[in-house]
Amino acid sequence: MNLFRFFDWLGNTSWSVELHESRYVFLLVLMIHVLTISVFVGTAVMIDLRLMGKTLTSVPVSQVVTRLMPWTEAGFVVMVVTGALLFYAAPVNRYENVFFRFKMGALVLAAVNVWLFRRNVYRWVGDWDSDPVPPRLVRIVGAVSLILLALIITAGRMMAYQDYWFGNS
Amino acid sequence: MSLLEFCRWLQYSGPLHAMRDSPIFFPIVATIHLMGLALIGGSVLVVDLRMLGWALPGQSVASLAQDAERWLLRGLGVMITTGILLFMCFATKYYYLTFFWVKMGALVAVIIFTWSVRRRVAMAGEADVRPITRKLVALVSIVLWTTVAVGGRYIGFP
Repeated sequence: MNLFRFFDWLGNTSWSVELHESRYVFLLVLMIHVLTISVFVGTAVMIDLRLMGKTLTSVPVSQVVTRLMPWTEAGFVVMVVTGALLFYAAPVNRYENVFFRFKMGALVLAAVNVWLFRRNVYRWVGDWDSDPVPPRLVRIVGAVSLILLALIITAGRMMAYQDYWFGNS
Repeated sequence: MSLLEFCRWLQYSGPLHAMRDSPIFFPIVATIHLMGLALIGGSVLVVDLRMLGWALPGQSVASLAQDAERWLLRGLGVMITTGILLFMCFATKYYYLTFFWVKMGALVAVIIFTWSVRRRVAMAGEADVRPITRKLVALVSIVLWTTVAVGGRYIGFP
């Protein structure tokens, strides 16, 4: 079964139509999705800046990671749930949106970045935990994460402009 | 010149026409505005969550607050600069939106609160402030910032 037909079917289920046509529920979900940037990206940015040695330099990296990451994760869960609802409200529209695809790609790369970090340099965090400015590789991880988060926000915002810029096909 | 006249003059001035007619100017500035949301969110939450006792319990509030303040200022710089540009694009629309004024009121309140009460409480020695005071201050800060953010989101709704 191809994806397009699946999303077409999904978009015609009654809950999807109701969500799409509801004025306030949809906007409420959208608002939560956007404002949770402050929790999800916000705490992630502070962790990344610590990895780059740009803030909280007197706090050990492991402290920043273990204490802030739960908030990043909580924010991420909210993002995924509200994001899934926004997708469900208009599956075909999202699926065909070039910025949506770009955003999902950047999201996967960001996850890979975290995974690599945890599997590699973070295993030896004891060696550089209290360094105000961590080793080069760690700083790169932080910078890559920041760039990907910026791309995710950008692509997400641009999703609204696809029809306006490229016309509705 | 009344405020409304000023908004009108601003909105219909030459450079503003060009800005509004550009299909990418507003989206790009709005995107950078959103990135500012992340910066402010992170630097505010680090301190407020600590004051609530929900994050980084081993660290002194004062040193966290000092570190975070630099990024809060940068975030505010980004937000206010891009915010003014966004406002300029549709000044007369915002003039009539209640939520815009709610947002501005909350913004002024939170800036004053942050650099008077919150800063003093955060920078005080651990023993000089009662934990309940700290929690209250953190709560007020979060509520005010949330009001600013919600107001901002509502401004954009159709």
